Amino acid sequence: MKRIALTLAALTVLLAAAPAHAGDAMSASIRNCTWCHGTSAQGYTVAPRLAGQQARYLETQLYGFATHRRDNPASKQYMWNATAALKDSTIRDLADYFAALPPRPANDGHRDLAGRGQAIYSQGIPEANVAACLACHGPNAQGIRDIPRLGGLSYSYLKQRLEQWNQGYHGAVPSPMPVVARSLSADEVEALASYLSFVR
Amino acid sequence: MTIFGLKAMLRTAMTATVLGAAWPAAADDLHAKLEYCLTCHGTAGQGYRAYYTMPRLAGQQPKYIENQLRAFVERRRTNPIMANVAHGLSPSMFGALAEHFHALTPPPLGGAPRGQLGLGKHIFDEGLPESNVPACAACHGADAHGQDEIPRLAGQLHDYLTSKLANWTRERGQDRARPDISAIMVPTTHNLTHEQIAAVAAYVSTLK
Repeated sequence: MKRIALTLAALTVLLAAAPAHAGDAMSASIRNCTWCHGTSAQGYTVAPRLAGQQARYLETQLYGFATHRRDNPASKQYMWNATAALKDSTIRDLADYFAALPPRPANDGHRDLAGRGQAIYSQGIPEANVAACLACHGPNAQGIRDIPRLGGLSYSYLKQRLEQWNQGYHGAVPSPMPVVARSLSADEVEALASYLSFVR
Repeated sequence: MTIFGLKAMLRTAMTATVLGAAWPAAADDLHAKLEYCLTCHGTAGQGYRAYYTMPRLAGQQPKYIENQLRAFVERRRTNPIMANVAHGLSPSMFGALAEHFHALTPPPLGGAPRGQLGLGKHIFDEGLPESNVPACAACHGADAHGQDEIPRLAGQLHDYLTSKLANWTRERGQDRARPDISAIMVPTTHNLTHEQIAAVAAYVSTLK
């Protein structure tokens, strides 16, 4: 009886200690992200906003970095190392954490291009075989599951990502984006990136 | 080799040369347009779940596809995205695209709940006489492959079918002055409960 009680007591101590320990590890992981992505995860220079991003998309991207499938230069330089030691459970927790933070729009595109960008976003360019972005990313560019939220990301990040689909880099998972982006002109990319940077 | 055989070969070779000259531009156009369609409808036309659920086009009846494209253009079928898409197509492209989609044979995309497949099969095969719901198989065929203007349902995405059946009179036959064949489905869509719609949609989505 005494031994059982002792074991129970020991277990209780262990169990009580475990969540606190996990919490510390979690906040350390979050801090590792926010060094670059900003303390409220709104993005900073080349690091995109994570706040409000679709959780499933964040998870897919983290695995894409860890397995080196997503291979654009910034991913290689920063994210391959940053994700090398992440456990599955940490990836899931980080994705849920950042998805739940309220996003703020970057508002840093060219205002005069936003109208053209909105037209391409919602109607596509049928005569040039450009599909409407809205069909997959939603009417408010909010994304769904592993399709990312685009609304309010920074102009420079959006522009670069659209350009990179044409430069032979790979995404974390197969997607129609290389086909879509191939038919976009440089002006159309700027218009889309401008429009999306203002979407809240 | 008979003289007729040689003549036939020569004629084939000449036809091939003539077509070879005219074909590349048209084939490029068609190829680019197909790729454009499959951006949203899945690389093999199997359908795709994004913000909106894009229906399977693979194996679909060409006549049905052409009719729907025309209905989008003429605003008899409500769909802002497809109205734009169809407006950008030449009428000759309708038929060429429809034939290509018909020839695609990917397996069903799947993803339907499996709990009510028995009820779905019952509705599909026998209908619900007590609710004035005819057997789907009577028109769509026992294999659900459809015929001419009657669409294939086999392998269609269950969530797409559920949403179409639930919103039938809000999306189809929108030009009162020009009623179309979609009117046939109106009573049935009203006589099915939501649970019955979900069951039959799940069932046909599993068919090959």
